[in-house]
Amino acid sequence: MIEVQELTKAFGDVKAVDHISFTVNKGEILGFLGPNGAGKTTTMRILTGYLPATGGTAKIAGYDVFDDSMQVRRRIGYLPENPPLYLDMAVGGYLDFVARIKNVPPGERARRIDAALEMAKITDKRDELIKRLSRGYKQRVGLAQALVHDPDVIILDEPTVGLDPKQIIEVRHLIKGLAGSHTIILSTHILPEVSMTCDRVVIINHGKIAAVDTPENLTAQLKGGERIYLDVKAPEKPLRDALGQVAGVRRVNLEPRGGSGRFSATIEVAPGQDVRSQIAAKVVGQGFELYELRGVNLSLEEIFLQLTTEDPAHKSAA
Amino acid sequence: MRNLYAIYRKEMGHYFLSPVAYIVVGIFLVLSGFFFNLTLGAIIKASLEESMQSMQFGMAPHLDVPGLVMRNFFGVTSFLLLFMTPWLTMGVYAEERKGGTMELLMTSPVADWEIVLGKFLASLSLFVIMLLPTIFYAVYLFLHSDPAAPWKLLLSGYLGLLLLGSVLLAIGSFASSLTENQLIAAVITFGILLILWVIDFGARGATSGTGALLQYISLTRHYDDFTRGVVDTSSLIFYVSFTLFAIFLTLRAVDSMRWRRA
Repeated sequence: MIEVQELTKAFGDVKAVDHISFTVNKGEILGFLGPNGAGKTTTMRILTGYLPATGGTAKIAGYDVFDDSMQVRRRIGYLPENPPLYLDMAVGGYLDFVARIKNVPPGERARRIDAALEMAKITDKRDELIKRLSRGYKQRVGLAQALVHDPDVIILDEPTVGLDPKQIIEVRHLIKGLAGSHTIILSTHILPEVSMTCDRVVIINHGKIAAVDTPENLTAQLKGGERIYLDVKAPEKPLRDALGQVAGVRRVNLEPRGGSGRFSATIEVAPGQDVRSQIAAKVVGQGFELYELRGVNLSLEEIFLQLTTEDPAHKSAA
Repeated sequence: MRNLYAIYRKEMGHYFLSPVAYIVVGIFLVLSGFFFNLTLGAIIKASLEESMQSMQFGMAPHLDVPGLVMRNFFGVTSFLLLFMTPWLTMGVYAEERKGGTMELLMTSPVADWEIVLGKFLASLSLFVIMLLPTIFYAVYLFLHSDPAAPWKLLLSGYLGLLLLGSVLLAIGSFASSLTENQLIAAVITFGILLILWVIDFGARGATSGTGALLQYISLTRHYDDFTRGVVDTSSLIFYVSFTLFAIFLTLRAVDSMRWRRA
């Protein structure tokens, strides 16, 4: 649905977007993750036809965003970082205007405006002047305008910023509900958001792509394996030996818990193997007291910090 | 066409919601009414003196009061417009850029020319609405004048105002498209209009080739004919071309918004 190849955007000498390539499949939700200034907004502006690229190509639904800009614009809904609102207008009037310029046929306009108000949960604000609304409601009006013409592709730039926690959850639900029938790109610097709502993640930094994958794969890829956490009571040396005997275990780290003889054990396992049952069997079989056992996924937070603060040239051997 | 109408409709809505439009139109009408009154009084006084003099000499009074009043009125009004229209146009693009709504327009399936033309037509409509009440002065004049007043003068005068207005609005819109700051847009507009006015000043009575060129460019020179009841096609073409030129520049400026750094 969306194909980006070697996309580049330079402002003078500065490359805001530097040869990035990625695709988004129909019905997918792609997360664009990166710190401020990474190039997320610039990329979105290129996709929506607001900025022309310096190099590379971008296609939406098979149409080039520069050569066939009109075709692309008909098929996308876009919510910029600051929602583009006419403060003097009422919510309903504003959505009517947006529906008109998005080429919604006159007969369908009323229905689609109702639908958009409903989806953004602002039906009761229809006659309210936009300038009177709170930040959170303004954001929702912005969301409504991106949806009013039922576009195939929806591009959201930091859609949950400025919302309170309840509203954030609602918006994420809304976005997840739109997947399948719509293709969505959303950008954010809120890490949990990406693992919660997105099918795949593009991590971008300094205009370059640092990683593209599902949230789960990224986790596995980075750490090169799984970690297993144990809460077990046992003498230290025998415990260490026993754990080391389980096939697939690479490293064992034991942390004493108080003086009770219990240990918090963190075990690094080779990738692709789930050895939890073997470890459980081994521990219990040796007569140790097992209190807790669970697998630990490296959270996306740690990936992010690692990817964007680490200098690839100095990356230590895994 | 639908997009054009949508933009036009939105612009008109905004003019009616914004206090600026009301204030500008209000001040214009008050001042033009004041000047009409002044002019009427002065010319009636002059015509009374003139008819007394001609009675002394046995001549019929030949001062065309309604004609003179209308001519002066149109002259004063055009001057007024020079000062008032920049306030009407300063926000047309600047406000949208500042509020981020330009991004909405430019990422929607709306052509740039539809945006520019829609906005221009809306500003022109507001201009016409602003002038409409002044027709009362003319009607009043004509109802009370004997012999009948020249209708041609009225029509050509308003045509001249309309043409002049469209140039002023087009220049003002262009200035607005250059900046995000409304005040700067107004200042730029005043600057351009001042330059054009000065060109007219400096070109008066000049006989050289450059002088003739400058005279042609002057906005007010072409306007004088209209106030005298003369519709000169070359002046018509001048105003229309100038307007189109300014609109074209605005179109270029809107396109260039895509190339500027976010």
